[in-house]
Amino acid sequence: MALMSAHRLSTTSGCGVPADVPRLGYVRGRRSDAPGVWTLDIEMADDAPCDFAPGQFNMLTAFGVGEAAISISGAPGGERLIHTIRDVGPVSHALANLAPGDPIGVRGPFGVGWPMATPGSDVLIIAGGLGLAPLRPSIYDILARRDAFGAVTLLYGSRRPEDIVFHAEVEAWRREKKINIELTVDHAGVDWRGHVGVVTGLLPRVQLDPSRAIALLCGPEVMMRFVGAALTEQGLDATKIFVSMERNMKCAIGHCGHCQLGPTFICRDGPVFTYERMRPLMSVKEL
Amino acid sequence: MAEQRVITAEGLQQLIAILAGEGRRVIAPTVRDDVIIYDDIESIDDLPLGVTDVQGPGSYRLVDAPEAEYFGFVVGPHAWKKFLHAPQIELWRAQREGGGVNIHAADIYAERAAFIGVRACELAAIAIQDRVLTGGQHVDAHYKMRRDHALLIAVNCSKAGGSCFCASMETGPAATGGFDLALTELKTAQDHLFLVDVGSSAGQALMDQISSRAATAQEHNAAQAQVEHTTESMGRSMPAGVNTPQLMADNLLHPRWQEVATRCLSCANCTMVCPTCFCTTVDDVSDLAGERYARERRWDSCFTMDFSYLHGGGVRNSVASRYRQWMTHKLSTWVEQFGSSGCVGCGRCITWCPVGIDITEEVRAIAGVEAV
Repeated sequence: MALMSAHRLSTTSGCGVPADVPRLGYVRGRRSDAPGVWTLDIEMADDAPCDFAPGQFNMLTAFGVGEAAISISGAPGGERLIHTIRDVGPVSHALANLAPGDPIGVRGPFGVGWPMATPGSDVLIIAGGLGLAPLRPSIYDILARRDAFGAVTLLYGSRRPEDIVFHAEVEAWRREKKINIELTVDHAGVDWRGHVGVVTGLLPRVQLDPSRAIALLCGPEVMMRFVGAALTEQGLDATKIFVSMERNMKCAIGHCGHCQLGPTFICRDGPVFTYERMRPLMSVKEL
Repeated sequence: MAEQRVITAEGLQQLIAILAGEGRRVIAPTVRDDVIIYDDIESIDDLPLGVTDVQGPGSYRLVDAPEAEYFGFVVGPHAWKKFLHAPQIELWRAQREGGGVNIHAADIYAERAAFIGVRACELAAIAIQDRVLTGGQHVDAHYKMRRDHALLIAVNCSKAGGSCFCASMETGPAATGGFDLALTELKTAQDHLFLVDVGSSAGQALMDQISSRAATAQEHNAAQAQVEHTTESMGRSMPAGVNTPQLMADNLLHPRWQEVATRCLSCANCTMVCPTCFCTTVDDVSDLAGERYARERRWDSCFTMDFSYLHGGGVRNSVASRYRQWMTHKLSTWVEQFGSSGCVGCGRCITWCPVGIDITEEVRAIAGVEAV
């Protein structure tokens, strides 16, 4: 009975694909960027543009296993999609272990990214651990039009020196001297010559001009809370501090309910928010 | 609104036959397993004539009604979202071919359906899910297709249930819009009539095929009086004069969350019976050879541990935090997200809670006002 009275809506493939259906891509490259951290280079099968804004994310599908929200870590305007994945759960394990030539499903890009249209601003980028991955597109964007910004500083904290993602690239940025870079680790070995301690310990080293600075933060929530508090204490307005939030995501379009934090849907209204917006929500345990 | 018409029980049977003749699924309240649920009916005889429900916190019983009415009861465990926001659907399937994968989006089907017996609170709930699933940048095509092909035939409530509080949520008990037809059942010793309000051209087209007459002023007044009586006999209420959205936002650390957590079983019943709860999750499945895949979407609940899982653990591990998420979303953050409360006052979460937690009582406890 149901089928006889059914109306059918045909769905199209390619760019007209519904938001809840992945597009096909192929892994073209895979390299290790830290222990347990892998970067995939993905080519879309449909040749549709891979445009995205720094700070946005895609939903990546390992066929037959599942889907996970993964931020885009490559340069905007590139031919390929670059994603950096930590191998922690069943889905991220399957994604991180895809080999060149393997198919992969891609939905996106989704969400609101970093505020990159802020000409003349000093930019303070503060990353913890894998939090550097969603910030890397903003660094590429800044380097591509370096004159559009004032002083640019990257403060980056990792657990151990070997956990520094994109380490060689970070060292190359440091040598270029286009941006100031300070690294710190929680646990140093004998051959580490940099800072030791949490990333907030680097803040006194930054000449912060609250009238012209913005800050982009990504890392563990506790780190963003402490850095946000420290920066506001130094006079930076909470609306000039941006944080990238993480929650469980299933649909990425504000329909499944999983990623809610207070009134926000992290997938749709974020993942990048002002610290002003997140401060009261981050301060309530288990919200 | 156009003039009210009057039809008889035979007219209602005619209506059912016309809808079925159009190839529609005709879905209405019917008794199964000692509960009134929504399911396909073939004739007026499938309606729960002469049956009524007695409801309260954690309690639902069917008993013989004093009057032999077709709609002399209130809402049961089913909500129309079962037919509009389907409990389980396939989103896509894929097959490995050569080195690649062919991905096929699921066909989007709509059964042309007619829902008979939609209550005012349920019309409000459907309007809310419309906003959630079709009102934003992304439209849930599966929901929209079903919604666009459903006729809504409302019934004004002739009695209020023990868990009902629609009057205090300003969603009922009378249907004021969003329907194709709205019926008011009038049962007297002499007559058994339905006053009909027409709410759409589709509804008018149906009425044009059914024998009816104009309602008298007396009948119109009797229907009004019935709705007023229902309003006055409402089993529960949200406390008046309390700004509930603000109250929730201001009390995220209230000790009541810990107290309610000692009673709440975190069973998710309230979210399953709620006509506005919309959360879903997905499961990816594959065949044994790993060559065919599919993604299935199904209802989910914020009361499960998995719901907030993030590498290494859940965000909301305590029952208190999960109950707080449900209630503050329903009554507070929903307003910011979708422009209205997420609660329509249907009382299902009260009746179907195994331990009888009453959302109106929880609001009173946090507001510090006396129970009525």
